[in-house]
Amino acid sequence: MDFKQWESFRKDGEWTKEIDVRGFIQANYTPYEGDDKFLSGPTKRTTDLWNQVLELYKKERENGGVLDADCKTPSAVNAYEAGYIDKDLELIVGLQTDAPLKRAIMPNGGIKIVEKSCEAYGLKVDPETDYIYNHLRRTHNDGVFSVYTPDIRAARSSHLITGLPDGYGRGRIIGDYRRVALYGVDVLIEEKKKDLETLDTDIFTEEILREREEMHDQIIALEDLKKMAAKYGYDISVPASNAKEAIQWLYFGYLGAVKDQNGAAMSIGRTSTFLDIYIQRDLENGTLTEEQAQELMDDFVIKLRLVRFLRAPEYNELFSGDPVWVTESIGGMGTDGRTLVTKNSFRILNTLNTLGPAPEPNLTVLWSTRLPEGFKKFTTGLSIKTSSIQYENDDLMRPTLGDDYGIACCVSAMKIGKQMQFFGARANLAKTLLYAINGGRDEKSGKQVTPKYQPITSEYLDYDEVMEKFDNMMTYVAKIYIKALNAIHYMHDKYSYEALEMALHDKEILRTMACGIAGLSVVADSLSAIKYAKVKVIRDETGLATDFEIEGDFPKFGNDDDAVDEIAVDVVKRFMRKLQKYPTYRNSKHTLSILTITSNVVYGKATGNTPDGRRAGVPFGPGANPLHGRDTNGALAVMNSIAKLPYEYSEDGISYTFSITPGTLGKEPSTQVNNLVSMLDGYFKQTGHHINVNVFDRALLLDAMDHPEKYPQLTIRVSGYAVNFIKLTREQQLDVINRTIHEKI
Amino acid sequence: MMGNLDVKGRIHSFESFGTVDGPGIRYVIFLQGCCLQCKYCHNRDTWSIMGGKEYTVREVLDRILKYQNYFSENGGGVTVSGGEPLLQADFLIALFQELKKYNIHLTIDTSGNVLLTDRIKELIDLTNLFLLDIKCINDEKAIWLTGVSNQKELEFARYLSSIEKPMWIRQVLVPGITDDENDLAKLKEFIDSLSSVKKVEILPYHDVGKFKWKELGYSYELENIPLPTDEDIRKAKKILNI
Repeated sequence: MDFKQWESFRKDGEWTKEIDVRGFIQANYTPYEGDDKFLSGPTKRTTDLWNQVLELYKKERENGGVLDADCKTPSAVNAYEAGYIDKDLELIVGLQTDAPLKRAIMPNGGIKIVEKSCEAYGLKVDPETDYIYNHLRRTHNDGVFSVYTPDIRAARSSHLITGLPDGYGRGRIIGDYRRVALYGVDVLIEEKKKDLETLDTDIFTEEILREREEMHDQIIALEDLKKMAAKYGYDISVPASNAKEAIQWLYFGYLGAVKDQNGAAMSIGRTSTFLDIYIQRDLENGTLTEEQAQELMDDFVIKLRLVRFLRAPEYNELFSGDPVWVTESIGGMGTDGRTLVTKNSFRILNTLNTLGPAPEPNLTVLWSTRLPEGFKKFTTGLSIKTSSIQYENDDLMRPTLGDDYGIACCVSAMKIGKQMQFFGARANLAKTLLYAINGGRDEKSGKQVTPKYQPITSEYLDYDEVMEKFDNMMTYVAKIYIKALNAIHYMHDKYSYEALEMALHDKEILRTMACGIAGLSVVADSLSAIKYAKVKVIRDETGLATDFEIEGDFPKFGNDDDAVDEIAVDVVKRFMRKLQKYPTYRNSKHTLSILTITSNVVYGKATGNTPDGRRAGVPFGPGANPLHGRDTNGALAVMNSIAKLPYEYSEDGISYTFSITPGTLGKEPSTQVNNLVSMLDGYFKQTGHHINVNVFDRALLLDAMDHPEKYPQLTIRVSGYAVNFIKLTREQQLDVINRTIHEKI
Repeated sequence: MMGNLDVKGRIHSFESFGTVDGPGIRYVIFLQGCCLQCKYCHNRDTWSIMGGKEYTVREVLDRILKYQNYFSENGGGVTVSGGEPLLQADFLIALFQELKKYNIHLTIDTSGNVLLTDRIKELIDLTNLFLLDIKCINDEKAIWLTGVSNQKELEFARYLSSIEKPMWIRQVLVPGITDDENDLAKLKEFIDSLSSVKKVEILPYHDVGKFKWKELGYSYELENIPLPTDEDIRKAKKILNI
């Protein structure tokens, strides 16, 4: 292959012979070891455009959260006419529907959820569309419920397993959108046709037929993508010829995906260093200035910030705040030792300055202790300023995933274009422990949810007896869990296949079955209490254990104490091994995450009193966090505890949410940056996997007063001593807040 | 003979992420027991020498070594605070001798209100940096505030200066008590007479530790003292030229 658009690119390696984006990057990118001084601020054009978006945001809020929706036309790659915010001002174009923030319906996932979503915002699905999806065309949701067994339904309705993607799009698939820019769509179609030929076999097995049909759909999706771009006046059948086109082509690829799928997380991959190659070429040949380069990235990010899905209130209860998880993975190191940080890694992060902080895109820095100092300081400085960045351990992931992986959603790493996951939500292990004690009866309803096991009848809980029963109950939960996931992903492939996203993958892909755990720290503390203190069971008249009395103290997760941390490690390993016993759909590889996003609150709400003293309904710690208030040895002790959780058994990610006040990080801004850099270096050297860094301003402190569970370790430092913010009385909290503001003025 | 590792110290608590008591990220050990009775103390629960819990050097060492990854070239290490750390010099000498083997930066946060015995001098030699809390340069006020004269404190500072031991001088700013302009000017004079002061810090008085006095059943004498305003802090900094 050769194209005039590839002029002056180095052709080393295989990337001109086959689809190999990584090869292109390695041959052509320019590592950047400097600081942020080269960056430009926003232009007037950017600010004018962004102000129009802010105005739309305001209207959206005033309208109850949804500005408008098209309740008739099911969304698809090429559904809807072209839409603009302000055509004359936009450098990068393309919207999900024909108007900004106007949402689309995606009934292939499930018509019921679409009906509910519309109703929640005072809208109604068009009768014809409604009829089609209720009577003529089966959805993913219908498919799943047509095969669900009573045991799965019972586990689901009792919240033993929750958040399953059986009524909504599974998401967590990253198309390699860079391919659109580098090769143009026609090359991609040709490659798919060649792949299709290899599937012309003598014997047509079910697997071959399925793959042939999927590949057929992929080709149609790519054809549709060209048509969609043509509506905006672009011919993307050929490669992009400059930086502006590269961003535009890549974004069209992503736009096609978010028009095709309302996935639980629609991440964009690892694009900024790829795009830097085009920007660098234009800068060098004098057709682009630094200011214009930033403008292009600003416009790209504006588009990503506009992505919206129509979702039901129940979904929002699990994941509040309209999240899309447009995760962009930035930085990291190459396997050859060069850094993958480029000037464009800075530019995409700089949108937090040019456009102000925002939750989307979900900017994710792949941290290595060997990252250039200038980049480390720039990104941590932005964290302190905006609390908008998450960090993941590149040194931990690179050995198994190489240097062209990206993060889907929050923590799920996958090789771009070569790997996908079957998203599996999570099992509530705290509830599993209670079921072990109660012989499978639900501690809240008293219903027999699992088959009848012998409950524990002794007055005081015996560690060995509890562990034996807990182990058995985990086996049961693992079985039901994998059954449910197999049903879900079989049906999702059948009725809501991600044809465009998968068209931007290789033919041979690694699929993972990404299971999850909720309530790990509650389980660890409960088992620790049973082992090291005395736990007395309080039963109701039917013999159901409904509460526990703890006599004596016990080690708690989050204090870097092996006595309990090893229990947590053991639980993770045990549960993973149990999952591995059950075969998965499409022979996907079992993986596990310790991640709850914000659903720790609803999981907690559905779970009764636990043997660690946690009261019924109280939220779990998010992800792998200790339960709030249990950690008493400071932030690094928590980090060390979490870093002990074994990544090899939890390759889908181990999430930690860290919150701190600026003053606690150090007195002067430069000290704060240095300390945050040292902290991240240390945490990742300890083999921690992921960290959300929150550095609070006043608004967050006020929020912490109302939602202490979200800020488990907000520490305030007042010359010489540290106090946990949520342990202060309300008056003291107000005092701190007032003084913090005072300091800022 | 008992080795370093078996020496015991009485400890109030540990903080794994200290960032304001010395350079970089500090593992902070709060020792139990204090010889002063500062009316504004925010760690009232560290006074009694019978409180806290006994740990051996080995136990403390094991804890600290888990945090070596967080100490970087930018600084970082161990800070011993309290209470008054210098009351447990034998324990600290044993601990510091062990920590030296790992090349860890060692800081002591102290009032310096002790006699300069040979053991104290030995400990000073092992320490990289002192955070020296001058309670009040005006001895009359110092006695009212802490129950003890400041003479030993000042002597301690002069000794550190004489051997060129790095120190940060800290002054807690209590409105109406330690913010007198003449006193601050005298403090400045004293600091200027020392040769190894690397930093001077104003620590604005706060009452977040007040609840501990009440929990322990004591009355809090500074109940009606206001917190210093930004203006108070600015003025004090100006006098101290920081």
